[in-house]
Amino acid sequence: MATLQLDKLKKCYGEVEVIENLELSIEEGSFTVFVGPSGCGKSTLLRMIAGLEEITAGELRIDGARVNDATPVERGVSMVFQNYALYPHMSVEKNIAFGLKMLGLPKDDIKRRVRAAAETLQIEPLLKRRPSQLSGGQRQRVAIGRAIVREPKLFLFDEPLSNLDAELRVTMRVELAKLHRQIGATMIYVTHDQTEALTLADKIVVLRDGKIEQAGTPMELYLDPANAFVAGFIGSPQMNFIPVTATGIDGGIRLKGSEMGNLDVVPVGQGWSKDMTLNLGVRPEHLQVGSDFPVKFDIAVDVVENLGGTRYVYGGTAGGHQVIAETRADAIPRPGDHLTVGFDPERARFFDQQGVRLRNALPS
Amino acid sequence: MDGMAGTSSRVTWAVNLSAFILVVLWVLPTVGLLISSFRDRDQISASGWWTALSASEQNIQIRAAAPDEAQPEGSLWVIEGEVAEGGREVTAFGVNSRRPVEFAPGEVADRNGVAVTVTDTGAYRIAYPEKPEGSRGLRLFVTTVEPPRFTLENYETVLFSEGIGRSFLNTFTVTIPATVIPILIAAFAAYALAWMEFPGRALLIAVVVGLLVVPLQMALIPLLKLHNSIGIGKAYFGIWMAHTGFGLPLAIYLLRNYIAGLPKEVIESARVDGATDFDIFRRIVLPLSFPALASFAIFQFLWVWNDLLIATVFLGNNEDQLVMTGRLRELLGSRGGDWEILAASAFVSIAVPILVFFSMQRYLVRGLLAGSVKGG
Repeated sequence: MATLQLDKLKKCYGEVEVIENLELSIEEGSFTVFVGPSGCGKSTLLRMIAGLEEITAGELRIDGARVNDATPVERGVSMVFQNYALYPHMSVEKNIAFGLKMLGLPKDDIKRRVRAAAETLQIEPLLKRRPSQLSGGQRQRVAIGRAIVREPKLFLFDEPLSNLDAELRVTMRVELAKLHRQIGATMIYVTHDQTEALTLADKIVVLRDGKIEQAGTPMELYLDPANAFVAGFIGSPQMNFIPVTATGIDGGIRLKGSEMGNLDVVPVGQGWSKDMTLNLGVRPEHLQVGSDFPVKFDIAVDVVENLGGTRYVYGGTAGGHQVIAETRADAIPRPGDHLTVGFDPERARFFDQQGVRLRNALPS
Repeated sequence: MDGMAGTSSRVTWAVNLSAFILVVLWVLPTVGLLISSFRDRDQISASGWWTALSASEQNIQIRAAAPDEAQPEGSLWVIEGEVAEGGREVTAFGVNSRRPVEFAPGEVADRNGVAVTVTDTGAYRIAYPEKPEGSRGLRLFVTTVEPPRFTLENYETVLFSEGIGRSFLNTFTVTIPATVIPILIAAFAAYALAWMEFPGRALLIAVVVGLLVVPLQMALIPLLKLHNSIGIGKAYFGIWMAHTGFGLPLAIYLLRNYIAGLPKEVIESARVDGATDFDIFRRIVLPLSFPALASFAIFQFLWVWNDLLIATVFLGNNEDQLVMTGRLRELLGSRGGDWEILAASAFVSIAVPILVFFSMQRYLVRGLLAGSVKGG
């Protein structure tokens, strides 16, 4: 269990800055997920925390102590890699025991702790096998076993589930959540899969180009995104963005889309002005098929994705904008149909042309 | 689809056939040598090795028993005996060196009134009209059919009386350290060049690759001078060092490429587990590099075993230091006509490399990395 502070952390490869002055604080016992598109620096950041990449500038503190130049063992971290990274010439038991052996623990101790770790992960029957005789899920369990057996202060996971098939990924995701509850250690998890981020995290850190776009709980990120990037990245299918223009009215601003009705909002904070063009963002699950909404417009259906319980309708507005709307009705729209879709103004989020969030209230 | 399958099967056949022909071309002389090494000296000169399993005809010349020993039999004096031991089959005989196959067995040859006959079982009978005198027996020319005969005598000669046995040991004395030392050094170097960060690493790798193209003949004389000046010229230690030096560039290059190809995560994972560079080398990299180590060991072993040049330069020509290849060269000079000796010597020298190859080759094909990483 440990707290972790990243203070103006920086990483350069020659001239290229991949992590820029990153500030982050991670609480004891939390499950933090770094998420972002590939190349955003999330794995580099994790490897800097692990001690596998040198820190160019700034300070990394574990439990308040500076660990920039400490070895992984001195930092008290252990890491699970994307492709398992098991030692192929050793049995599962030896794989798990390797770290303890390196610490120079007595044999009885090692044996006891390996057993305990194997029990936690339910891999006792596999202890005598070689990694090549295991399935993907079993290998990943062994890799996790190798991490937990050292009882580190900090667990690091580098996309541990992305090599597993879809079904196994869901199972392992649940098991990881259980494991976190069971051992209560601080965990940092890197993924590009926002479903994993949303389901596992206490705190999600969205990264782009080496910078934190937003850090917060999954619901904060989902409901209150700081910018259009986070709004678009979190949630599946992606949020709809519809351009609207602002005109001033008494006590607020009236927004007008080319094909939808007017929507009045009360600006909160900076960034608003009259006669500006901005983007209205509304998630597909809030853009419902039906005509009993204050704001509504018509779309022509292109494609319908039927997921059983719910259906996503992909369509174009009269103004030529592609939107995704949800319907839970049993009647499945067909391509070419014209539908009315609408949303509750409370669900709308606004972003300026640069993607910065414009906060608002609704007129009472 | 059928057409395609037909084409590909025809290609497969052509490939298989040419592979077969190549194998036969390569193996046939060796087989001949092997068979010759087990054959009797006389048989080698009488017939080719491919007839080794069938009986061979041989012309022999014997002298019958002395005329003094003739026994009276009726009015004649008769000598009886065998042309050769073991009752070989006789196909022809003669009494004149110019016509050695004049008579069929059982016929009676008349030589100045003396009646000579040889039966097909090899018994001869010489009948003199009157009591002969003298101790020189009559010359008989007999063509016999020799049964195939295989012998280990050649090997015995080669190993115990031609000095090959001693040279065999000398070669081992050279080869084993000259294989082990470069592997030890190269494995460490290869790990460092593949996985440790230090200034000048890329340059060092470039130098190693550059050394690959330097012909070793260029270094022989300067190196020998150096060895002489520090007192290890003409000594085993000197030749070990020479082979080590000549073998290292290839060894480092081969092993570095293999070790650099090991999955990065496995090594990083060990580092996170608290392993030092030496631990990683000894517990992870070395066991995983076994196929590369084995293949280089085979290369180096064969090269040193078959080497004549470096041994000639760096070792003396005395009994204690003469290696197999040197001894074979000497035998070619002194016993050049004795094929059976040369064939057996060649086989003594081939046997060890073949053993080494077959005992190590399974490591070359074994997938040691299976299971370490996804897709591995």
